[in-house]
Amino acid sequence: MSESFLYQAVVYLAAALVCVPFAKKLGMGSVLGYLFAGILIGPFVLGFIGEEGEDIMHAAEFGVVMMLFLVGLELEPSAFWKMKNRILGVGMSQVLVTATVITGIGIAIGLTWQSALAVSLALAMSSTAIVIQTLKEKGLMNAESGKSSFAVLLFQDIAVIPILALLPLLAVTSPDASHGNHGGGLADLPAWLQTIAVLGAVGVIILAGNYLVSPFLRIIAKTHIRELFTAAALLLVVGIAALMQTVGLSPALGTFLAGVVLANSEFKHELESDIDPFKGLLLGLFFIAVGASINFELIGKETLTIVGLTLGVLITKTVILASIGMFSKLKTDQNLIFMIGLSQVGEFAFVLFSFMNQTQILEPHLIELMMAVTAISMATTPIFFLILEKLILPRFGTKEKDDKTADEIDQQHKIIIAGFSHFGSTIGRFLRANGIEATILDNDSDRVDLLRKMGFKVYYGDATRVDLLHSAGADQATLLISAIDDPEITLHLVEVMNKHFPNVELMIRTPHRFYGYELMEHGVKNIYRDSLDTSIRLGVDVLKKIGFRSYTATRAGQNFLNYDETAFKQLFEFRKDQKNYIVRVREQIEEQEKLLQNDLQVNPTTGDHAWDSDHMRNVVNSKV
Amino acid sequence: MPKILVLFAHPRLEKSKINRQLLTVIPSSSDITFQDLYELYPDFNIDVEAEKKLLSEHDIIIFMHPFYWYSCPPLLKQWIDMVLEFGWAYGPGGTALKGKWGFDVISTGGTEEVYQHGARNRFTIPEFLAPFDQTVHLCGMEYLPPFTIQGTHRLSTEEIDEKKLSLGKLFQGLLESKWSIDELKNVELLQQIVG
Repeated sequence: MSESFLYQAVVYLAAALVCVPFAKKLGMGSVLGYLFAGILIGPFVLGFIGEEGEDIMHAAEFGVVMMLFLVGLELEPSAFWKMKNRILGVGMSQVLVTATVITGIGIAIGLTWQSALAVSLALAMSSTAIVIQTLKEKGLMNAESGKSSFAVLLFQDIAVIPILALLPLLAVTSPDASHGNHGGGLADLPAWLQTIAVLGAVGVIILAGNYLVSPFLRIIAKTHIRELFTAAALLLVVGIAALMQTVGLSPALGTFLAGVVLANSEFKHELESDIDPFKGLLLGLFFIAVGASINFELIGKETLTIVGLTLGVLITKTVILASIGMFSKLKTDQNLIFMIGLSQVGEFAFVLFSFMNQTQILEPHLIELMMAVTAISMATTPIFFLILEKLILPRFGTKEKDDKTADEIDQQHKIIIAGFSHFGSTIGRFLRANGIEATILDNDSDRVDLLRKMGFKVYYGDATRVDLLHSAGADQATLLISAIDDPEITLHLVEVMNKHFPNVELMIRTPHRFYGYELMEHGVKNIYRDSLDTSIRLGVDVLKKIGFRSYTATRAGQNFLNYDETAFKQLFEFRKDQKNYIVRVREQIEEQEKLLQNDLQVNPTTGDHAWDSDHMRNVVNSKV
Repeated sequence: MPKILVLFAHPRLEKSKINRQLLTVIPSSSDITFQDLYELYPDFNIDVEAEKKLLSEHDIIIFMHPFYWYSCPPLLKQWIDMVLEFGWAYGPGGTALKGKWGFDVISTGGTEEVYQHGARNRFTIPEFLAPFDQTVHLCGMEYLPPFTIQGTHRLSTEEIDEKKLSLGKLFQGLLESKWSIDELKNVELLQQIVG
C-alpha cells in the first residue's frame, strides 16, 4: 500500500512539475497544465494510474473541500451582504434559468421529469476551482466580470445544500443499499428522514463553528506550537469532511459552511495561511484526477453522443449566461469573460452525480455519460479562455487605437502606468496636471472606457503580456510605473520587463516591505511602499495636533521617511545574510520588533542640534 | 492708525529662550497681524497671493527673526524671493508697497561689542542688514533702523524684561504714530527712541 502510494506520489508530482510550467510558458493557465498532466498519466495515454481512478478522485476532491473552506473564510457576513443583490440577481437567475431549460430539454428527449430535474441541477453548476483559479491568475477578480462570476459561483455553492436535501425526494425506485453505496449511511433511511438529516448536519456545523471551534483553537494557540495549530486546522477540515460523508453529504459544502461561520473568528488569517498550501497542492491533484478520469474508452465508443451532449450543455449554459450578463448590463468583453468562464460543468456535478448514483435517481450508464461530459467541459474552459484572451479580447481593447494609426508615434509616450485603480489614477492625474501624458495599461474594461472618454491613452488588457507592452511602446519608454494592486502580478510584470525591456527604468508600488524585499531581489531600485508616506503624513499631523511646531513636525516626518527607507535597505541586506524565509508570520513580528528597537536607539526625528539655542548656550556658558 | 504686519520666522521656536518671550509683548490689536511663517509654511510652499494681500493691507512691515549666520532664517528669504514680485513690489509698475515702512527686529547670540569694526564679527549690525535695507528701499518703502536684542546667551532675567518692555513700547508708539519718519530714521537702533 505504502509502496504504491509512494509510486503514485512520484507520478503525480512529476507530471505536475513537467506539465504546469510548460502550460504556463505557452501562456495557458495552470489549470490546463494540470488537466494535461492528468490525461498524460491517465489510463488512456501512459497508463501510470487508472485502476484507482475512483479513489484518486476521492482524495483529490479534498482540494475542492479545502478551497471551499477558504472561500467560506473569505466571506465575512458583511462582504456577503454587500454582494447580496448580485448573488441573488445574477446567481439565482443563472441556476434557476439553466435548470429550467435543461429540465425541459431532458423531458423532451424522453427522461422522466425527476431524472431531468436532477441532471439539470447538476449541470447548472460551474467549477469554482477552475473559474476562481483562472480569474485570479488573470487578475480579473475585481473587474465586473470577476465580481459577477464570483457571485454566481457563490450562489451555486450555497444552492448545493438545498439541492442535496432535495435529491432524495426525487428518487423513483426505493433505495437499494447494496448498490453503489460509498459509505453514505443515509441511503438506507426513508427520503424524508434523509432530508431532515441533511438539514440537521448543517445545523450542527453552524452551532459547533460558533461555540466549539473558537475556544478549541484558542487552547491550541496557547501552546505556541505552530505545527499543532496546522494540525488542528487540518483536523477541523478533515473532521467536517468526514462528518458530512457519514451522513452522505458533500464534504465541500460542510467545510464551506464552517468557513463562513469562522470568517469572523480571530483565527481567520491563521487558518487561511495554514490551509492554503494544502489547498493548492490538492487542487492541482484534483485537476489531474479530472484529466485522468476522462473515460476515453467510453468517449471512443459513444463519441457522437458525448460530443453532442457536451456541446449542447456548453452552448445552453453559455447562451443563458450571455443573456444574464446582458441583462445585468455587462460590457460585451466583460460578458464574454463571464459567459466563457462559467460555461463548464463544475466539480459539484461529480458530487451530485455520485449522490444520484447512490440514491439511484439516474441509471448508471447515463451517469457515466454525464461524468464524461462534465470532465470534458471542464477541460474546454481553459482552452476557450486562451482563445478569448489571445484572439478576441485584444480587438476590444485596441479598437480605438486602430482608428488612430496616424498618430501612432504620438502614442509612444515616454511613461507607462500599469494599473489605474486609485493609486495609479492619482499618479496619472498628477502627471497630467503637469502636462505629461502617460500611456495607461489596465484590465478593467469599464474603467478603460471611462478613461478614454476623459482623453487618456489607455491600452486594455493584462499588463504582463509582452505583446500588449510592445504595442504600448514599452521598447521606447523611459519609465514604467507599476500601480497594480496585486503584488504577485506586480512581481510577474517586473520579471517580464526585466526579461524583455531591460532598458526601461521601473518604478514599482508595493503594499508593504515584504513584497518590497522580493522586488529588491529582482533588482528594482525605485520601490514605493503604499502606506509609508501616508502614515507618516498622518503621524506628522498628530504631532501638530498635540502641540508640536508645524515645521518641527514636518522635519521629523521627513527624517523618519529617510531613516525608514535606509532601514528598509539595511534589513534587506540582513535578510540576505540570514537566508531565513521560512516562517513568514513569525519573521514579520521579529522584524517589527527590530524596527521598534532601532527607532528608539536612533531616534531619527531629533537627531540634530539645528537652531537649538539651549545647546549653544550650554557650550558658551560652560567655557566662561 | 497705521496697521502693522509682523513677519516672524523662527525654525525652532520651542527651543528659543528670547523670541518666545518677546512675542508676549506684541500687543493684541486688530491693527497688528502676526504671521508665524514656519508654522504656516512648514514645507516652504508659500501662499504668495495671500501674503501679497496682507502686505497691501498693512503700513508697517516688521521682519522679526533670530540673526542666523548674519542673515535671516531661510524661510524668510524664501518669502522675500517669492512674495516681492517683479512688477508688483518693484520694477515697472511695481508700486504696491510704495510709502510703507519696514524694519527688522533681530536677536543675536553675540553681544554689541563683537559686532564692531575690529571686533570678532568685523561689521556692525546696520552694515550686516544692508540687503534688507536695499530690498525695502527697492520696493519704494522707508527702511527704519533695527530693534536688536544682543548677547542673548548670557542675558539675565532683568535684562530680558527690560528688552521686552522696550519692544512693547515700540509697538505701542508705532500704533499711536508717536514718532515721525525723520525721528525714527535719526536713531541708530530703534530701542534708543523708546528710551
